[in-house]
Formats: sequence, structure tokens, C-alpha cells
Amino acid sequence: MIRIANGQGFWGDSLEAPLEQIRRGPIDYLTLDYLAEITMSILQKQRSRDPRSGYARDFVEMIGRGANDLVTRKIRVVANAGGVNPDGCRDAVAKALNHAGIRIGVVAGDDILETLDGMLSRGIEMRNLDTGEPLQSIRARVQSANVYFGAAPIADALAQGSRIVITGRCTDTGLVLGPMLHEFGWARDDWDKLAAGTIAGHTVECGAQCTGGNCQVDWQSIPDFAGIGYPIVEARPDGTFVVTKHAGTGGRVTVASVKEQLLYEMGDPMEYITPDCVADFTSIQLAQDGPDRVRFSGIRGKPATNMYKVSISYSAGFKAVGTLVYSWPNAYQKAKAADAILRRRLESLGLRFDAIRTEFAGVNACHGALAGEPSPDIAEVILRVGVRAADKAPVERFTKEIAPLALNGPPTVTGLGSGRPKVEEIVAYWPALIPKSEVSPRISIQET
Amino acid sequence: MARVKLVQIAHARSGDKGDTANVGLIALKPGYYPHLVEQVTADRVKKHFEGICLGAVERFELPNLGALNFLLHESLDGGGTLSLKTDAQGKTYSAALLRMEIDVPDELLSKDSVSN
Repeated sequence: MIRIANGQGFWGDSLEAPLEQIRRGPIDYLTLDYLAEITMSILQKQRSRDPRSGYARDFVEMIGRGANDLVTRKIRVVANAGGVNPDGCRDAVAKALNHAGIRIGVVAGDDILETLDGMLSRGIEMRNLDTGEPLQSIRARVQSANVYFGAAPIADALAQGSRIVITGRCTDTGLVLGPMLHEFGWARDDWDKLAAGTIAGHTVECGAQCTGGNCQVDWQSIPDFAGIGYPIVEARPDGTFVVTKHAGTGGRVTVASVKEQLLYEMGDPMEYITPDCVADFTSIQLAQDGPDRVRFSGIRGKPATNMYKVSISYSAGFKAVGTLVYSWPNAYQKAKAADAILRRRLESLGLRFDAIRTEFAGVNACHGALAGEPSPDIAEVILRVGVRAADKAPVERFTKEIAPLALNGPPTVTGLGSGRPKVEEIVAYWPALIPKSEVSPRISIQET
Repeated sequence: MARVKLVQIAHARSGDKGDTANVGLIALKPGYYPHLVEQVTADRVKKHFEGICLGAVERFELPNLGALNFLLHESLDGGGTLSLKTDAQGKTYSAALLRMEIDVPDELLSKDSVSN
């Protein structure tokens, strides 16, 4: 049996969780997920300013803080912290480890920005998986393009003795399946086992979201959210596993908390597609196996497809969001009046937007009309207006029309905060597929 | 029969994939699941999310988890970074679905309240 702990659900997650996973009990592997869909374009921009950057700096800091424990406890680390510069990340990690003689493996080759045009010219259209549009329609605005690799190159890097594996873009599930492939020597076409490891990865990929975080069942009684434990997979060679957390930590691992995470970001449950296999979530059997332990069994999988998913980011215009707070009496009525005034002013300025959206936080921002009419005595309402346009100019002008309402519109208004809203450049996400034959992962090993 | 809000007999979690939101709906007790299957249809969910879900609704069954998974297409104002919504990732749509009311046999509810 091996213990695989996840200490990071996304870039921005708790800085302490990975260290708690290392220190509070026995684990064999620590996995860390740093890359959200748009992270790559942010990292691409950082790298264009400084060629040594372009990776998750939080990871380097974590390694520095945890170095002693990682070495003495013989814990291996797998992280997709490499971003668009896995080698740069490796160099920074080596420095943080103070050259402790630790072998670091890098999985690269996922960056396909340079080869996009070649593929397009050979008829690989990379149509948007959601809209069906061909990539050519936004080619000039592309900022980054990366393939999602799976568990196989991670397992290969581990087989070459890596104590730390740093990847560029790879699937969240691959971070967890990779160590299982390596430790258990599963055949790369043992689809049921690959599906089991994939589902283990999906269960823990969002960190504490399977150990009581966000859990709707009896949430008031979930103990010690402040010290919530992150998930640990106790994996067995037969493909069964238990999801648990360290003793003495907060949170709760139950069939209910795990079911919620299983359904998170789920599409067709019988066709959960990764580069490694196609997992069938309708085959999962769950059982409570003692306090804070859920046992998984019965998982079935199908052969992997011959395509890789690619994540392409592109510049998609500009947006800004402004807010104002209206208080009792007639808070909602005042906020609605202010919205109408604002829209009339934007119109008379002749500004054109692709979208204008008004929400009244406290009334309908989350659930729309389903929330019903608010109490006429509602204490306060936040007016929130957002605009989006291909050009920056109208969005910029919009940001100057919020503040005047503090003096020249309906009464009892506040919350202007730090002044004008900021204009944001929109970097949007373009999911597509390419044949696996177009690209291969590159593994490099370095002794530090 | 008793008219109950789903929040009394189910829990849920939602997330996003581009402009599509997914809502997983899970029965709190196995006995509730057949009633979810029968009454919480894709059509009803589409009507429930009128004004929010502008595209089609697909439904998938996971009897092993006592759960249904719904895909609500065109529900996130373009999704991801394009969206101007507070809830650009549909994280609270799980709770929005739990506002729906369905009919459950009285005996099922009373039996549960005894066992609780």
C-alpha cells in the first residue's frame, strides 16, 4: 500500500497544507496541482518579461520550507508547477534544496505554441470543443498552447529515480495515477486499474473539497474547518483505495463528502476521458471504512482515445466591473434606478459593448429570478455592473461613469472603495484536440 | 404525498466547463433516489433555470452513487474569464437546483424521521 497526499487544489490554495501533509503523518508521495486553465497565459506573460520566470513560485517556496522533512521522511513530490518554464522551475527548486543530492525529473514537451501553424497547415484544425469554431478564427490572438499529458511520463520520470517530478501542463488526475503506475507496475492497458487511479486523482485533485470543504451535508457540524485536513489516498496494487486524511486534522471524510467531489466538473460519467484511459464513474462502489475513511472499489475503465486535449489561451478583449452599495430604505429600488441612469449615460455617450450585465448582490446575483423578490425592508443591496468589449476604449470610459453616481444619483449610496474599477484584459480559454502522434513528452533528469 | 424542496432530501455540487455548468444532485437516502429520477427530469431542470440556462439541459444517471448529473449548456455568460457573472463558474447552481420542489410519499419521510 502507498499513501499519496494532495496538498494543493489550485494555484492560490493554502500555503500551509502541503507542509501539514508532510509533517502530520506518514505519506509516500505529495502531489500538488498548480495550473488552472488560464494560468499558462499568465505564466507566458511573466516569462516574456523575465526568461527565468514562468512557473509556480509558491512551489519553490514550499520545497524550501519542507526540504528537511521531505529528505528525512523520504517523500517523493509530483507537481505540475513547471508552467511554461519547467527547466527554470527545476533550477529554482535545486537552489531551494541547497543541492542536497536530490534527483529531479522534468516532464516537458507540452508547449506546442511553436508548432501550431505547422499543425494547422496539415489540416489539424483544433476546433473549439465547446463551440466547434476552427482555431484559425483566433490564431492571431493566441498567447499560449499546451498539451495535457497524463500519468505515463510521470511514472517514467519516477522510474528513473526522480525524488521530485516537475511537469508543465498535465492532467490533475495524472499527478496521482503516475505514482501508482510506477509503484505497482500496472500495464499501460490495464484499463480498470488506470481508471481506478484516475478516479482517485479526481477525488483528491481539489484538495479539501473532498474532506469536508464545501460539503453541504450537515456543514455546521463539520469539525475544525480552520485546521481542515487535506486528502490522502491509500492505494493498493489491486486498484482499490481508501480516501482519508491525517489523524487530528479538521474536516470530515464521508461517503457524502466524497460523492460531492466525484460529481464536481463532471460531464458524461461513463466517459471521463483522460490521456491515460476512459473512466466509468457509474462503476464506483463506495463504503464508509471507519471514521474519515471512504473505500473505493469496483472501478471499470475503457481504452484511452488517440487524442490529446490541448489548452490554448487567447486574447479576447476587455472587461470591467463596477459596484456601488445602496442602503435602506428602498435599497433595491435605488439600486435599480441607479442602474437605469448608468445605462442611459453609457448610451448617450455612444459606447458600444458586446455585453452589459447588471446584478443586485443581496437579491439575485447567484440565483437570478429563482431567488424571488427581496423583502421591501432589505438592509442593503450591492449594484454590480459589468461590461465587455473587443476594444479597450469603451470599457475604459465605462469605468469613469460609476463614481459620479455617488453624488449625482439616488441617495444613501456608498462603497465606492478605492475609486474607479480596473480594466482587465480578457485571456480566454480554447479547448481542442490533436492526435497523440503529433507530440511526445520529453523527460530530463538532473542530480542537484 | 408530501411536497418537499430538494434541499430536504438531497445535496448537490456544481462546477463549470467553459460556458456549461454541471450540477450533481445526490439523494440523502437511497429511498429518495427513484423519486429524483422520476421527477427531476432534464425538461424540469431546464424550466427551473429559465433565464439562467440559455441552452439545452442533459441528464446522466449514476445509480451507484444515488446521483444525477445535469449539464446546463450556455449558462455562464460565455464562461471562464469572459463571464461578467459574480458566479462565473456556476458554483452556487447546486443550491439553486435544491430550491426545486418534488412530491415524496409521506411514509418515506416519516420513516426517515423515525430512523433519524
